[in-house]
Amino acid sequence: MAEYHFTTPISKEDVQKLKIGDVIYISGIVFTARDEAHERALEMAEKGEKMPIDFEGLAVYHCGPVVRQVGDDWEIVAAGPTTSTRLDMFEDEFIKEFKVNVVIGKGGMGARTVKAMKELKAVYTAFVGGAAVVAAKGIKRVKEVHWLDLGTPECLWVLEVEKFGPLIVGIDTNGDSLFQNVADEAKAKLGKIGEFLDITF
Amino acid sequence: MTETFDNNLIEDTTVKLLKFAATQLPNDVSEALKKMYEAETKPTSKAALKTIVENFGIAEETSTPMCQDTGIHIYYVNIGENFPKVVGIEETLRKASARATKEVPMRPNAVNPIVGGNSGDNTGRHIPFINYDFIPGADYLEITAFPKGGGSENMCALAMLKPGQGIKGIKKFVIDSIMNAGGQPCPPVIVGVGIGGGADIALKLGKKQLMRPLGQRHSDPKIAQLEEDLLKAINMTGFGSMGLGGDVSTALDVKIEYAHRHPASLPVGVTIQCWAARRATCRIYPDKRVEFLTHKEA
Repeated sequence: MAEYHFTTPISKEDVQKLKIGDVIYISGIVFTARDEAHERALEMAEKGEKMPIDFEGLAVYHCGPVVRQVGDDWEIVAAGPTTSTRLDMFEDEFIKEFKVNVVIGKGGMGARTVKAMKELKAVYTAFVGGAAVVAAKGIKRVKEVHWLDLGTPECLWVLEVEKFGPLIVGIDTNGDSLFQNVADEAKAKLGKIGEFLDITF
Repeated sequence: MTETFDNNLIEDTTVKLLKFAATQLPNDVSEALKKMYEAETKPTSKAALKTIVENFGIAEETSTPMCQDTGIHIYYVNIGENFPKVVGIEETLRKASARATKEVPMRPNAVNPIVGGNSGDNTGRHIPFINYDFIPGADYLEITAFPKGGGSENMCALAMLKPGQGIKGIKKFVIDSIMNAGGQPCPPVIVGVGIGGGADIALKLGKKQLMRPLGQRHSDPKIAQLEEDLLKAINMTGFGSMGLGGDVSTALDVKIEYAHRHPASLPVGVTIQCWAARRATCRIYPDKRVEFLTHKEA
């Protein structure tokens, strides 16, 4: 479990050092995108439209924060991760199109994303689900917000962060997945569990 | 006209319940998570539990929602049969949800599934969802605010088993559901299982079990044993906190309830609650006294 501190933009060389189980902290710019923001970004890219910010080298965070508007400014109240598997249907194209090398979420991602991360040299990192006030502590301010028509959970928040973490590397550029390993180990235990419960799997 | 009960008191109290629920874990849950942190031996899960304990501590101190997903608003309203007449309780609870959205604040989580669009204040068609029950002989009104997170809700499951599959089939379906869920519902989870009745009844009974305090066993010893066995089996999977691998921290508890079933069916509803098990309950008495059962008023 090595620990790394990165400042954005984070390069492919940076992320290739990482192995599953390592811990990273990010300073710089992180932007949020859930289901609808992923969909919109990819649709716009297909039509050749420009993104509101250049995503290259930034980290995308699967998060729909609780926010508070203070005058013209926005304040992040709570900002933990959302379940990442919902984004499996977009993420391979997303990291390819926008050259995002770090994905932050929770619960891991599926085989399609693991494959893309190996090919494109990107990593998936997990923030502790629900740890929203610890996350908010690492967020210094809202730099920009776009696509507010999607609602505050789904829109694109551009966040200035400092030592944002701990983020546990869940998928690395070698195609290893911590979550897959845990799931495989769980499967291997089914025999024992069946014996204990007097059932067969 | 008979005098009706003070709706403003119900509204204000419900806003307090939502604030309690969003910002402070019930004591049984926070204590169990602290114990789990001590007991876990795998470093990845232990690290996650450390962050969880730190997080709910700061949330309580600063009166901030412990999780950004402040849930879809669900209420359990138990009306004492001897409680005074209440008129327009649904409208009152809707107002409380909308107010708490601004005042706590809570994330607007009510989205139109057909045409899209977030209502912005946690109210919408059939939302907040209110479960009503009567309490024979009681003179109080009991309200539980149960803002339910989406990540764990997505891992709930229903099986319409064949009666011949019996208890073994029930056990297998619970474990299969956990295997499918893995780290996605934010473990350590609480699992509520409903058996029998019908499809909706099984799920409804399962979800209602999530209100029971941790460690409390079913009054029927057979069901109590099943709860303990399933809890042990779920932790044997080793998913651990957040699915990062852990030997004791996949589940906090398993709660089971059953209804008699139709001869042709054996429905099983598995409901899953994340570690941020937010629930707050109060009783309102005819003399307007308010008693909070899960939280202490500052």
